[in-house]
Amino acid sequence: MSAELFSVFYQFADVFAFLILSAAGLAIVFGMMGVINMAHGEFIMCGAYVTVGLVNLGVPLPIAQILAALTAGLIGIIVEFLVVRRFYKRPLDSLLATWGLSLIVTQSMLLIVGSAVRGIGTPEGSFAIGEYTFSTYRLVLFGCAVAVLAGLYIIFMKTRFGVIARATMQNAAMARALGARTGRIYSISFGIGTALAGLCGALYAPTMTLIPTMGATFVVESFVTVVIGGANVLLGTAPAAVFLAMIRMALNASYGQIIGQIGMLVAVILIVRVLPEGLSSVLVRRGR
Amino acid sequence: MNSARRFGMALLGAVLGTAAFGAAQAAEPPLKIGLLEDVSGDLAFMGMPKLHGSQLAVEEINKSGGILGRQIELIHLDPQGDNARYQEFGRRLLNRDKVDVLIGGITSASREALRPIVDRTTTPYFYTNQYEGGVCDASMISMGAVPEQQFSTLIPWMVQKFGKKVYVIAADYNFGQISAEWNRKIMKDLGGEVVGEEFIPLGVSQFAQTIQNIQKAKPDWLLTINVGAAQDSFFEQAAAANLNLPMGSSIKIMLGFEHKRFKPPALNNMHATANWFEEIDTPEANDFKKRWHAKFPDELYINDMGYNAYNALYMYKTLVEKAKSTKLEDMRKVIATGDACIDAPEGKVCIDPKSQHTSHRMRLISVGPKHEVTVEKDYGTIQPYWLGEIGCDLTKKNDKDQYTPSHLPNKS
Repeated sequence: MSAELFSVFYQFADVFAFLILSAAGLAIVFGMMGVINMAHGEFIMCGAYVTVGLVNLGVPLPIAQILAALTAGLIGIIVEFLVVRRFYKRPLDSLLATWGLSLIVTQSMLLIVGSAVRGIGTPEGSFAIGEYTFSTYRLVLFGCAVAVLAGLYIIFMKTRFGVIARATMQNAAMARALGARTGRIYSISFGIGTALAGLCGALYAPTMTLIPTMGATFVVESFVTVVIGGANVLLGTAPAAVFLAMIRMALNASYGQIIGQIGMLVAVILIVRVLPEGLSSVLVRRGR
Repeated sequence: MNSARRFGMALLGAVLGTAAFGAAQAAEPPLKIGLLEDVSGDLAFMGMPKLHGSQLAVEEINKSGGILGRQIELIHLDPQGDNARYQEFGRRLLNRDKVDVLIGGITSASREALRPIVDRTTTPYFYTNQYEGGVCDASMISMGAVPEQQFSTLIPWMVQKFGKKVYVIAADYNFGQISAEWNRKIMKDLGGEVVGEEFIPLGVSQFAQTIQNIQKAKPDWLLTINVGAAQDSFFEQAAAANLNLPMGSSIKIMLGFEHKRFKPPALNNMHATANWFEEIDTPEANDFKKRWHAKFPDELYINDMGYNAYNALYMYKTLVEKAKSTKLEDMRKVIATGDACIDAPEGKVCIDPKSQHTSHRMRLISVGPKHEVTVEKDYGTIQPYWLGEIGCDLTKKNDKDQYTPSHLPNKS
């Protein structure tokens, strides 16, 4: 029986980690900044490719993963400066611009790196409970997801930067009038967002096939989580991921992956219909 | 003056006319080969070798004098794994470019999207993949292996070696569904048991739940007919969770070269039946591999799709030259004689007149812990007999249908 219980927890943790890690970066870029970043998946892909490249050069995996996240963040800051900056007042045009960017990046990767890259293998380690065996690395992913949530909370709620960033997102003109350098705040926030996307790719790189279009497998889940999370990223994303993970896990376990996917998306449609502002609107109201 | 000018024009016209006539005699326009292969998108890693195989064959055929003395020209379009684009590009190649032959398609979904469009023309169509079998259509010539060559060999061997309980992971579209149906039929005939079947939507990459479902069902072995780069992540995740079960497949190793793409031992204990895999060690195969790698030094693996795509052009050459015509009806007269054969790198392969599918020399291969490939059993040449047995006979009737064990032709 304990094996069954642990199995349920493990499956929940697995889906939860996937949703949080793929959505965290987008929560900032789309949820807070309002940039519909269609190239989100490509920042994830960037993190994965940099990780594998560095590991093949002999860099230990955890260091490669941190460097990959930093690389994605740096590229994000450059992209913000060159492209995204021009679209803050035109969110629908930002969709088009970032989608174009995504197409250019996937095709260039295909031409430069080729259609398939040899994987690096998941770090060893598995354990058995009852009749089931589990991969230790999947629990590491869960730990990372919780750490990312905690990190976001600290950065945006407990630091001076966080206060100014939230002020900028709420009312940029007022923030500027009070002396905040909003341009730099936007730039750094976008960088944090893409670094988290890169971290997602870096963490999942050992467990997946690397192809230039791999980001696409994360994009639906990440947008869905952020959208039903609602405007308040810190209060929205985590409960959204818990909720979606429970639905998906339960349906996956009883009816297989197809029903799991359909069920999750149906739940999303219902929530968007009933709570157009997302889950965080309810939580914020209760909180007051 | 006026008449002199007219005479001059007439003379010029005559000279030009003769020149054009002379040129036409010296070289007829090239034969146009329309090729639809995905070289971007989720299946690009499989499609790239198909494009390369076609390019290699075209280059070789042109160097040795072309087909019926005519050079051949490859027109390749990239449908990017999108079935709507397959149809759009198919129409463009058939109706606008007026190609002499159409080749290509990766997934069975793309083939079925294309087939009705081809059927409205008189252009021959070569499908160059192994697939779930059953297409009885006079316009289509199939170059890859089919279930009676792959599953009727592999599944009894797996049952004998590992046991009677199988769990199936299949991609959720016609290929996966019909292949799973074949497995059910063969397992039933063998007195085996399918303890679980899971159909996975294309693009899904997370398998923790699937792995536990498998452990709960306690199968003796797995049939893995999952498709595409995302679904291939199953192998890495199963290895990380120490699932450690023998696996069989009709598309792994020789087609998706997972043993080259994943770090060992993720593909340990995988088994497949194949007409081609790069590890085949015969003089003909080695010579072919040498030519391929000379032209494409960066190729990770020459997969069976790429190999079949290469053969398709030689089969087309043979058919056209024996028929002395590029017309489908004339080519089919050659097929009807049962004499449509080529000497391929795997050995001699022939087109079966009833079904227009290809005979193949089949071998059962297995992958070891260091991802080394060994040949377990050589079945010799196996005919594509199933369609003929159930009543498909294209020499008499064009069904334009796809049959499965549960969808058989009406006996009349």
